[in-house]
Amino acid sequence: MNDKSKIRVVVGMSGGVDSSVSALLLKNQGYDVIGVFMKNWDDSDDSGVCTATQDYEDVKRVANQIGIPYYAVNFEKEYWQRVFNYFLNEYRKGRTPNPDVMCNKEIKFKSFLDFALNLNADYIAMGHYAKTRVDANGTVHMMRPKDGNKDQTYFLSQLSQNQLKHVIFPLADLTKPQVRQIALQAGLTTAKKKDSTGICFIGERNFKKFLSEFLPAQGGDIVTTKGDVVGHHTGLMYYTIGQRSGLGLGGNQDSCEPWFVVGKDLNQNRLIVDQGFDSPYLYATSLKASQLSFFTDLPDHDATWHCSAKFRYRQPDVGVTVEYHANDHTALVTFDQPARAVTPGQALVLYQGEECLGGGMIDQAFQGVKQMQLV
Amino acid sequence: MEQIYLDNAATTPMADGVVQVITNEMKNDFGNASSTHQFGRRAREQVDAARKIIAGAIHSQENEIVFTSGGSESNNTAIFGTAQARKNLGRHIITTKIEHPSVLNPMAKLASLGYQITYLDVDETGHISLDQLKKALTPQTILVSVMAVNNEVGSIMPLSEIGRIVAPTQAYFHVDAVQGFGNLDLDVEKMKIDLLSTSAHKINGPKFLGFLYERRGIKLDNLILGGEQELKRRAGTENVPGIAGFGEAVREMRKIDKTALQKRYTMFQDLILSALKKQEIDFEVNGTLKEKVSHHVLNIWLKGIDTYVTLTNLDLAGFAVSGGSACTAGSLEPSHVLTAMYGSESPRLKESIRISFGRLTKKRDVEAFASELAAFAHKKQLKA
Repeated sequence: MNDKSKIRVVVGMSGGVDSSVSALLLKNQGYDVIGVFMKNWDDSDDSGVCTATQDYEDVKRVANQIGIPYYAVNFEKEYWQRVFNYFLNEYRKGRTPNPDVMCNKEIKFKSFLDFALNLNADYIAMGHYAKTRVDANGTVHMMRPKDGNKDQTYFLSQLSQNQLKHVIFPLADLTKPQVRQIALQAGLTTAKKKDSTGICFIGERNFKKFLSEFLPAQGGDIVTTKGDVVGHHTGLMYYTIGQRSGLGLGGNQDSCEPWFVVGKDLNQNRLIVDQGFDSPYLYATSLKASQLSFFTDLPDHDATWHCSAKFRYRQPDVGVTVEYHANDHTALVTFDQPARAVTPGQALVLYQGEECLGGGMIDQAFQGVKQMQLV
Repeated sequence: MEQIYLDNAATTPMADGVVQVITNEMKNDFGNASSTHQFGRRAREQVDAARKIIAGAIHSQENEIVFTSGGSESNNTAIFGTAQARKNLGRHIITTKIEHPSVLNPMAKLASLGYQITYLDVDETGHISLDQLKKALTPQTILVSVMAVNNEVGSIMPLSEIGRIVAPTQAYFHVDAVQGFGNLDLDVEKMKIDLLSTSAHKINGPKFLGFLYERRGIKLDNLILGGEQELKRRAGTENVPGIAGFGEAVREMRKIDKTALQKRYTMFQDLILSALKKQEIDFEVNGTLKEKVSHHVLNIWLKGIDTYVTLTNLDLAGFAVSGGSACTAGSLEPSHVLTAMYGSESPRLKESIRISFGRLTKKRDVEAFASELAAFAHKKQLKA
């Protein structure tokens, strides 16, 4: 299929510069491009007035500039059921969820892909910084993109081969400054638009206040690793492992080092803290993960291998040994060096050189054979 | 790609003759129709000529026609103007559940100001019950507002019967005739209508223009205050080229026999319905095809196919139809008309589309659409 005008690509346009440039590049390459704005969260005001968001206005402008048709699709219900409920449930369990991973898996590369296929799309695209490579067998591999600083393979780690087969990443070989440059040269209205920050549905709002609207907060004791009560917390869900600020604790006579969250005791509703960024209580040597998923399909037998991993977005890779259990898609991951603040609920993502293999969800962290009291 | 337009209930293309008249007026008669000099007099002559054509079309007097910015303003003026001017006579108003938002939203506003609003039900064909109307009328009723033709399913309301029921009471009878004007013969005398709203762009005229018929003797509170245009009933310098074009649109429309036009629309409906049947599409018509219905609208429930998916696919294939009004980005507000007819749980609310014809619609365009829609629905229903 050399005639790209016969290849339909539905581009998920958020109104940001990345997806704007994705659409532009695909259009310039000659594809049959359709822009679609996804609305996943109801931000209408209390009176129920329908608000067409500013972002959709930007999508309209960019689509008109590029010369592509645009539509909007609403996944508020799906997002609420499959992402937001997961998000709240994880917090209820004292874990720190990653809604972006779930949003990609359930909404952007599922509901949106279904919608695009309903429009006879061959591919979908968005503004992700990621890269794919197709091997001789036609299997699609996920690769690190050129811009290591923006690498979003972490958030895409739960996608399946079937999802990946329908995706183009137009920004694979571009850096963010290059993307802005392209947008500027093309005169796109979104060229200088600020990057969005934070979790999409919370935006710039106060996270603590937002969460308290959905989950009842229960205050309790802040204790040291020895069990001494040193303060009061307003709800375990507001804290994450390794976090420093916001504890309101002074030093003690032994040390003036700041306090860090090193654990949560859900049963006794206690937040466990220790002094020093490098507190030994923050360092794990292994973790257990579940829901392992690989881009090139799951191994059907137990396997052990050495590769590298990330436990958080934008963290440098760590060398690990993976013991994979095929029957329940779990893995025991042992680190070459102890790793700080390994947090249940976050994604484990595995890499082999430039290739992103896939990942799972972190359930437990260990120091030697001892499970750390993280949830 | 050829673009085919079948959304004439939303708006219609301007007729060539209308474009011609408006263009000439813009070039030649730019004067202010209120000015006393010759520029003003020429403009005034054009406005008067259009007003005469328009008054004739609904069998009213010329001084009963007030030009407005369109259907919404006409409806707002009729409703708020009546409510304000007649509040000492009573604060009860009757309307239906399937009116246009430019009627329903003023009603909601009046309700918040202490007026009592009765909303008449409709049956599954989109028609009201005259018995319910009779029972709803009270000595305090100051206004009965009922549309001539529903914009989503085409049901024609029994205007003459309503007029006969309302006439002996103190209530004014207002008709939102935006979808009726041009598709039906309207006679404000025979139908005993006191107030009647229309819009120019639904009959191949220009946008942002319409009129409100106000029966002689009726004095409404003005919505727009300012100069003394339109016999002191609507301030603002007249849109002379637009009004001249409106006049031309009405002149052309009057030449068309409405019975023949409805027959032609029925033929269009049959083209689409038989294409769907031939492909064995699982569908139902919303409303009725048989009686008391204007055939310029065809509302179809395509079972199991999301409205939005249908609309998007048809648009990408070059066909423009509609399916309810856009609410938040990407979601369509469930139709209040279909809700009133079938209840809020009906799958029709999420799986229906509206096709609407105009006098400039071509048969071959409807045929092309019919085969596209049937092929699309076949593919989707096969998949499901």
